[in-house]
Amino acid sequence: MRWIKSSGRERWLGLAVLVAISAVLLSGAAPEKHLTVYSVAANYSLPVVQREGHDYIGLLELLEPLGKVNARADAPRWRLRYYREEADFQSGKSQCRIQGRQTEFPGKFLLEGDRGLVPVSALSVLLPKILGGPVTVHEDSGRLFVGNIAVHFTASLAADNANRLVFNFTSPVNPSVSTEPGSLRLAFTRDPLVSPASPTLTFGSKAIPSANFSEGNGIAVVVVNSTIPVMATFTNNGRTITIAPTSTPNVAQNAPAVLTATPAAPNSQVSQLQAAAPSNASAPASRRYFAVVDASHGGDDHGETLSNALLEKDVTVALARSLRQELESRGITTLVLRDSDANLSVDQRAVFANADHAAIYIAVHAASNGHGVRLYTALLPYGEEDHGPFRNWSTAQHAAIPLSQTAASAIASELQKRQIPVRTLSAPLRPLNNVAGPAIGLEVSPVGADLAQITAPDYQQLVTGAVATAIAGARDQLGGAP
Amino acid sequence: MSDDNIRVAPYIPRHLVIGFAVMLVAAIGLASYAWRMRKAVKAEPVVVNDTRPLAPPVAGPTEQVVLFVAHDEDGSLRAEAAQIPMPSGRQQRTEELLRALLTIYLDKNSPHVLGAGADVRSIFLVDPGMAVIDLNSAFADTHRSGILVEDLTIASLIHTISVNTPGILKVKILVDGKDRDTLAGHADLSSFYDVSAVNQLAAQLQSQ
Repeated sequence: MRWIKSSGRERWLGLAVLVAISAVLLSGAAPEKHLTVYSVAANYSLPVVQREGHDYIGLLELLEPLGKVNARADAPRWRLRYYREEADFQSGKSQCRIQGRQTEFPGKFLLEGDRGLVPVSALSVLLPKILGGPVTVHEDSGRLFVGNIAVHFTASLAADNANRLVFNFTSPVNPSVSTEPGSLRLAFTRDPLVSPASPTLTFGSKAIPSANFSEGNGIAVVVVNSTIPVMATFTNNGRTITIAPTSTPNVAQNAPAVLTATPAAPNSQVSQLQAAAPSNASAPASRRYFAVVDASHGGDDHGETLSNALLEKDVTVALARSLRQELESRGITTLVLRDSDANLSVDQRAVFANADHAAIYIAVHAASNGHGVRLYTALLPYGEEDHGPFRNWSTAQHAAIPLSQTAASAIASELQKRQIPVRTLSAPLRPLNNVAGPAIGLEVSPVGADLAQITAPDYQQLVTGAVATAIAGARDQLGGAP
Repeated sequence: MSDDNIRVAPYIPRHLVIGFAVMLVAAIGLASYAWRMRKAVKAEPVVVNDTRPLAPPVAGPTEQVVLFVAHDEDGSLRAEAAQIPMPSGRQQRTEELLRALLTIYLDKNSPHVLGAGADVRSIFLVDPGMAVIDLNSAFADTHRSGILVEDLTIASLIHTISVNTPGILKVKILVDGKDRDTLAGHADLSSFYDVSAVNQLAAQLQSQ
């Protein structure tokens, strides 16, 4: 009897030790890595597997929620068909054929049974060709954006209360909210929220001094730092989140002053065109973004090699992000067309601008030669005419040229006010001629001989701030564009 | 043993033996010579970029023309008078105009530097009012990238020929006889240039 009691105790003790060891081991294990995919069709998360020290993902599983797809394994080959697009992979190879065209990608394709695995780092090369549209991969944070799905946000203190921070989002969001002493955390697990120009936002408030954006393992997180207890209130159908002290009564129902349009007085050139573009014209119903900012070049297309360590394609992304921040801080919804190092053809860029009926399309370029900023409108090719209701692709810009010139002139005068040398010219620069609405090219070069100025945040902000101010001033005229 | 059972060794006539030996020596000699020649051809450096003009300059009476020369320092296009030999043929005249421009751009003190070996292969004037400029690959491959710098080249070429050769309405630019997307990443070469639009651009560039 005593022996039985003793045995029971030992068993319990052993079990407890086992549980404790398991708990210690599990707590030390790294969380499973995920890739979150955001698309118009669905938002979903997939597990990422480790092979040869790299992150891999099943390509068939990735594409299944997006459309009709099937795959056939015939070792060492693996054939994938997504609608009409066909891709042919070979195990251990870093090339494949997509629609008969040889495509190289980083890493190697792996075939495990019937399952085709591709490196996560290869998705930015493979998916645009398979899906036929832009794909942005945030590889480090495990987030993948199919198409122009990204949700952008602005954050600013309420005009009437410096203790109230208002977030405005371009689409409804539904984050989970948690609070800790000194901070409030908004975790966006299913929302394609992307970073503002700077991940750290500072505010002139003692109660809410700053907020930080971060993303990792398929989730975007905004942490609001506060010196007093705060709470979050959702309004405007999930497009506005207001952070306010817990003692403050609930906030107002609608968007704060930052998003209420207060167009500046139109300049003289804008006024001349009022008859052609009525100021009270309503925006097309299908417009999701007022401005489309295109970071020109990207991927294999480096643009100008500005210096040994500086490529035009990298500077244009920084400028485009800065311009988006400046535009959105003025209440102008903005889409950055290339927010990563993706390949995007000029035709695709024009298609996105036209499909969105953007009120203005801005192609951002950078150059080492010249001084200051140059603004370009389209130099149209020789007379290719529209046919009935169909516009000719190469001269689609024709009807919008007056408004494009208006926008360029408004931006030029705003840049001059800030002592930045500026010229307005026309140029045979695609896709300006393919965009049906107002479209301009913006080429930024240093004011002096120092090329480093082109990457300086204060210079970039000086330029983009002037551009954004001018566009905000002409928003009524531009907003009426078809 | 009868005579019928005597076995006679096969006999090869002497002249055939000598002929065979001579042919064998000749074959070995030729093979050795071919082997040495092959080595010599391999060792000889291949000229990759032939920078010589594709056609000799024209000689004859000179004529005053206006060239529109790009200047990178201020991003402008400037009209400059020049005396160049001009043949009577319309097509040859436009070729000489562009050759005169290229002489300026390839000079060591060029105001708008083009890469070594840049040249115009040929120009075709096709009625009504169409010109096709065929640049060589060195022209495009070594051209600097940038909207303004490419804009200046295009405006300089087209405005120069349109001012000096009236009647040209549209211009197509080829590279090595083929279509090309852009000159150096920016200026579109896929369509026909509208000469009147380029002339307006030239006016903008001259007014700076």
